[in-house]
Amino acid sequence: MSVRRVAENQPDDFAFSKENTSWAKKQIAKYPEGRQASAIIPLLWQAQKQAGGWLPEPAIRYVADFLDMPHMRAMEVATFYTMFNLEPVGEHFVQLCGTTPCWLRGADNLKDVCRKIIGEQNTVTDDGKLSWLEVECLGACVNAPMVQINDDFYEDLTAEWFEKILLDLKKGEAVPAGPQTSRKASEPEGGRTVLKSIEGDA
Amino acid sequence: MLQDSDRIFKNIYGPDGADLASAKQRGDWDNTKGLLAKGRDWVIEEVKSSGLRGRGGAGFPTGLKWSFMPKENDGRPHYLVVNADESEPGTCKDRDIMRHEPHKLLEGCLLAGFAMGAHACYIYVRGEFIREREALQKAVDEAYDAGLLGKNACGSGWDYDIYVHHGAGAYICGEETALIESLEGKKGQPRLKPPFPANVGLYGCPTTVNNVESIAVAPTICRRGASWFSGLGREGNTGTKLFCISGHVNKPCNVEEEMGIPLKELLETHAGGVRGGWDNLLAVIPGGSSVPMLPKEICDTVRMDFDSLKEVQSGLGTAAVIVMDKSTDLVKAIARIAHFYKHESCGQCTPCREGTGWMWRVMERIAKGQAKPQEIDTLLQVTKQIEGHTICALGDAAAWPIQGLFRHFRPEIEARLTGHASQEAAE
Repeated sequence: MSVRRVAENQPDDFAFSKENTSWAKKQIAKYPEGRQASAIIPLLWQAQKQAGGWLPEPAIRYVADFLDMPHMRAMEVATFYTMFNLEPVGEHFVQLCGTTPCWLRGADNLKDVCRKIIGEQNTVTDDGKLSWLEVECLGACVNAPMVQINDDFYEDLTAEWFEKILLDLKKGEAVPAGPQTSRKASEPEGGRTVLKSIEGDA
Repeated sequence: MLQDSDRIFKNIYGPDGADLASAKQRGDWDNTKGLLAKGRDWVIEEVKSSGLRGRGGAGFPTGLKWSFMPKENDGRPHYLVVNADESEPGTCKDRDIMRHEPHKLLEGCLLAGFAMGAHACYIYVRGEFIREREALQKAVDEAYDAGLLGKNACGSGWDYDIYVHHGAGAYICGEETALIESLEGKKGQPRLKPPFPANVGLYGCPTTVNNVESIAVAPTICRRGASWFSGLGREGNTGTKLFCISGHVNKPCNVEEEMGIPLKELLETHAGGVRGGWDNLLAVIPGGSSVPMLPKEICDTVRMDFDSLKEVQSGLGTAAVIVMDKSTDLVKAIARIAHFYKHESCGQCTPCREGTGWMWRVMERIAKGQAKPQEIDTLLQVTKQIEGHTICALGDAAAWPIQGLFRHFRPEIEARLTGHASQEAAE
């Protein structure tokens, strides 16, 4: 288990934007009548996006009210699931996979890069651009080592290349996501060993 | 080596397009109506006799699981829930199915749901797979627009809805009852069984939870026939399987291969072999972080299927092969896995909540050489006190990697601790 508490400094209130309100209603419609609580994770996630990458405490209460749930039930969910950031994060939030398959292929070197460019975990750079966190397996193990930055995976990283990515993001430059080598997905580097007949057919 | 013609996931690497038109060219959604017309018993029988065992780790026969659903509806709806909460360290196969072969999964959802009398299906995608979720939703939308899902799906007369749902970063939600709790909007803490989900599952209704890969292979099995699938591999371990090869190999990759392929052949044919050559191999974790590791002597000959790996006190799990060469500090590798379980324990059962943290701290001490050799016995005793004493299998999964490490490498680790102790005494 990980101990997770809400941040000390909180905004006064929170409300969904008009677009997010109608989006949220569509989500609730996926579940049977009276089971609207099922939508809590998608709604909290949308609230986190709207709030700039972290989930303020008023947003948790707002979503609970939106779903007609006791505040405490929503608080339980927000503190249980680790993708809800209970404190502010950088504009580019780096989740660095440190679990064994990535560790075997050099995740520790990527951590050093984070410390050098960003600082310690859970601290946001002064310009608000970057923050990082070591997380558990992100499920891209054959493309290790890798990180997730906001919604995208950056795979097959080297320390040098990762440093360049962070610096580019800091400068506000776009960085293409996915494997950072010549491969496109999970095929072996340098050409596949199977299904050669349909390779490249598009 | 498996023939390409026997591979189910022809677009697993992606360049061929995940859209409906490309999927149809690969044979997806071909006369699904005809398959449904053969009836739900036929579908279940076909999957049963194919010998398909669940691809999510436990290896329970899929057709048998489907047959546990009540034959008649008692007024409560039936649900199919697809477990796309792929989080077992080493595993990244369902991700490729969702982003590159989503229509195989969706057609499988229709067939499986129909076979168990369900009109609705929820696919629970792990929170971090944002792009994969988007790809899957796109495929769902396409299928609705083409009349393959929704009212009178595929013109079969069967109404069928598929909803994409997602989590927010909790490994435990891969456990089926925790997943159901999470889908109901709660913390993902496993339920006591019985009652089993087939009787009391999602919203108190009959529910079956299946892994993505198990569901995605079902249409091909129905189309090509149970005997085609059961003709691959060997009895009790049939068919093809997606293997994820990570760690110290020259070319890590995912690949679909025949069940029972020798581990050495798998690594050398598809992953460019072990870094520095086969003799540089130290150990392999053959089925995701939860299963015990195997030393090189066993890797030389072992075959990759459920029963072969069970015979050597490990398991196929999710077929996530994590390779470690001689440069690896195995204690550190397992200490990092122990940290994973400590982080992911849901906190419900005391042996797991307290034990995972305790085991991790001792593993760290051993890794740093600060532990005394006799602490190994205490550690192993604690693993036994956790194993089998928790509601779900996370406690077991946390205990096994440590047991596996000491089963095969105890003398080396003891020597390291003794060496450190005598060095300290000398100082």
